Amino acid sequence: MLHLILFLFFGAVCVAGAVNLLVQSHPINSALSLIAVMAALAGEYLLLGAEFVAAVQVIVYAGAIMVLFVITIMLLNAGKEERTKGSRVAILLGVPGLLIGAVLVAWTLLFRSNTTMVAIGAEPGSPKAIARLLFHDFLLPFEVTSVLILIAIMGAVVLASRPEAVAKTAGERSETTPELVGAGRNRG
Amino acid sequence: MTPNPYLWLLPILPLAGAAINGFFGRKSSRKAITAVALTFCGAAFLLALWIAVGFSSASAPYYFDLAHWIRSGDFRVDFSFYLDQLSLVMLLVVTGVGFLIHIYSVGYMWDDDGFYRFMSYLNLFMFFMLTLVLAKNYLMMFIGWEGVGLASYLLIGFWFTKDSAAAAGKKAFIVNRIGDFGFLIALFLIIKHFGSLDFPTVFQAVAPLPSETAGAGFLTAIGLLLMVGAAGKSAQIPLYVWLPDAMEGPTPVSALIHAATMVTAGVYMVARSHIIFERAPSAMTVVAIIGTLTALFAATIGIAQTDIKKVLAYSTVSQLGYMFMACGVGAFSAGIFHLMTHAFFKGLLFLAAGSVIHGVGGEQDMRKMGGLRHFMPWTFATMGIATLAIAGIPPLAGFWSKDEILWQAFGQSWVYWLIGVITAFITSFYMFRLMYMTFAGDYRGGAPDNSHGHDAHGHGDGHGHGEPHESSWVMLGPLVVLAVLSLVGGLVGYGNHFEHFLDPVFQAGKAVQETAGETGSRSLEFVLMGISISVAGLGWFLAWLLYSNRPKLPARIAESLGGLYRAVANKYYIDELYAVLFVKPLIDGSTSILWHGVDQGVIDATVNNSASAARDISDEVRHMQSGNLRSYAGWVAAGGAVVIAYMVWMGVR
Amino acid sequence: MNIPLSYYLLLSGFLFVCGVAGFLIKRNIITIFMSIELMLNGVNLSFVAFAAQWHSLSGQIFVFFVMVVAAAEAAVGLAIIIAVYRTRETLNVDQVNLLKL
Repeated sequence: MLHLILFLFFGAVCVAGAVNLLVQSHPINSALSLIAVMAALAGEYLLLGAEFVAAVQVIVYAGAIMVLFVITIMLLNAGKEERTKGSRVAILLGVPGLLIGAVLVAWTLLFRSNTTMVAIGAEPGSPKAIARLLFHDFLLPFEVTSVLILIAIMGAVVLASRPEAVAKTAGERSETTPELVGAGRNRG
Repeated sequence: MTPNPYLWLLPILPLAGAAINGFFGRKSSRKAITAVALTFCGAAFLLALWIAVGFSSASAPYYFDLAHWIRSGDFRVDFSFYLDQLSLVMLLVVTGVGFLIHIYSVGYMWDDDGFYRFMSYLNLFMFFMLTLVLAKNYLMMFIGWEGVGLASYLLIGFWFTKDSAAAAGKKAFIVNRIGDFGFLIALFLIIKHFGSLDFPTVFQAVAPLPSETAGAGFLTAIGLLLMVGAAGKSAQIPLYVWLPDAMEGPTPVSALIHAATMVTAGVYMVARSHIIFERAPSAMTVVAIIGTLTALFAATIGIAQTDIKKVLAYSTVSQLGYMFMACGVGAFSAGIFHLMTHAFFKGLLFLAAGSVIHGVGGEQDMRKMGGLRHFMPWTFATMGIATLAIAGIPPLAGFWSKDEILWQAFGQSWVYWLIGVITAFITSFYMFRLMYMTFAGDYRGGAPDNSHGHDAHGHGDGHGHGEPHESSWVMLGPLVVLAVLSLVGGLVGYGNHFEHFLDPVFQAGKAVQETAGETGSRSLEFVLMGISISVAGLGWFLAWLLYSNRPKLPARIAESLGGLYRAVANKYYIDELYAVLFVKPLIDGSTSILWHGVDQGVIDATVNNSASAARDISDEVRHMQSGNLRSYAGWVAAGGAVVIAYMVWMGVR
Repeated sequence: MNIPLSYYLLLSGFLFVCGVAGFLIKRNIITIFMSIELMLNGVNLSFVAFAAQWHSLSGQIFVFFVMVVAAAEAAVGLAIIIAVYRTRETLNVDQVNLLKL
């Protein structure tokens, strides 16, 4: 009972946030609704017993990634989206299609999937248990992801830096090389 | 069979000459080219003489296996050569007459720019003809068969810049091809039934078979198909149409190929396959009928021709008809005898005609000749001897052979004999007509410098001949030799010596074909002989009457005959008939069906349409790459949806 | 205190679909990016749910890795967006169309 109530509560927040993300025209509003979705999702994870994952969700996803998004929105001073006319065809075809698809998927998931009931906190994912798996069975992916992060950092720095900064470093290099070549010519 | 290791040299020597002249002749001097050509051809002739001297009927036939060729399971064909009495006769005729014509050509073609080409082609022809004659199996013979057709094409179209010459060459080759098709099918049948193409093997297998009197069997089929091939090569009805057109070639070519040797290849082939024919009476009858009809038909066309070479061309077709008539009634040795004498006198006739044409500066129309006996006495004399020979006046060569044929034909059916006699009358008439128009009376040729009507022997620049003149001794020498042969060459037939010489070839395995010559009465033979001689004389008299005594008469006769005369003069419009029946439908069919329909409609269309289809498809697909991020997003989502749907469906199943 | 797992899956699916819809509909690059993050979150929920059903912690480990990748991707993606903004002066994705024919 409690499980269901809590699930429905957090689920409602998720749904509301997701729909709001679609509906809002200013990106900052969409970002804030996404933060709400993530927080609610952390609650859902807790209901399923994934404590560590819930914590990481809040810290990393909501706390770092979304902050990055918000910084960028503020930096670029993104304004509201203009409203454009919706395509009649898209609405005529899309809405019924979407409804049918949704009903179909929902029916499949509810009545045809081989899923069982889960209890509250079904799989406790304590940091100790996670760590044991992470550093034994999944060591290689773990190390690879660290490399991935390194690459991402470098890429982000290069991509986001100003073009003159890149040109200046290249120009310094080209100024040095003619002297070497000239030295060779003078000697010969 | 005894081996003779020199047989393979006989074809190879002229081939070497052809190769040397062909590759190096362009830059060589006339003397060098002549030396090469005559040396190799003469060497082949001397070798043939030497082999003939050493030939003994007891050791015959000789053979020589040069190299392996086809080995396919049980089927074997090798490069093998074969010499028996029949091949020996052909060999001597081909090399002898061929050598004489080589000598003649040196004189005739001396001023031509393509001299080296001509001598090279002549040697090439000798190579192929010798291969044909000396072959030990049908496939080698077919090589020679095709090769002489090729040489004929090259030589007929020798002056290939002239449209009519090039067309004549093509016509000869194509019509020959039709005959070759029949020949090939006959070869396939022989392979199917006997498993080999080797002469000894096949003939030994055929010998015990019974004669196919009750309707047509496979031997009849083979015989008829071989006759189709012979009709193409030896210009019989219905495939004779190429021979008159072949007169576009230089006169030595007409003499060598279209009188003495190539056209006789069909007769040789039929004689060689006599065992097959003797067991297929219906096929023999067809051969005889075709030969007889051709003889008469061609002779009638000959009486209205005005071009000197065309008269001789139709005369050749007619005489070949005689040879096939002989083979058709079973008198193969008589046919070969006539082949030999015909080579002498027809070769002589053509060479002398070439001398005449050369002497009057290229004119070939007899209406513009006349009185030439004063200007060219030697040509006149030799041509006269040849005319007497072809008319069948004893004791010249033609009399012995033609009479033998008529006697044998009479033994089969008097109808053949009667048509043969009528043809002999017509032959005598048109040959003496030729003689009177050309040599008797007064010279009717126009102003000397304008008489380059035909450019018949490649005098590129005007010679300014002035009066008609006699030819040089290079050209007259062979004429004299051939005249001597025409005089005495028939005497080998006296007392059936020639026939007995060929007996080992034609008697072996003979079925129930009795030649009447053995059993008929002597007095009947003399009566028939008398009739043919008198008929020849009658033809001579008529020719004298119309062309020497009363020269206005032929024109009045022609007018009164009107349409009939025009039909004969236009060779019964056969060429036009063929054009309508075969050529035009073929060309139209080719154009509409094969060219427009298949080539343009199917092949080109396939290629072009696949290209344009590729372009159209890519035109549609390129909208995916719009440069618009949102559409990329849409495609990604669509693709993802498809994958998910598929997975769901698989899961649900 | 048991609820069917399919409820969690439904929620996960709904979040994913909302993410796809935003990805297709929205015109602002950053909003599109956020829709991608929403998709990833939906998938994460699915992983955790199945981890709970099969009683296998690997699902939660995988969520961990998904988050790492999402972080890296967000960093690089936003850097690209900044670079694009510098040249095109706009965040409207329809105007980033220099590759259009």
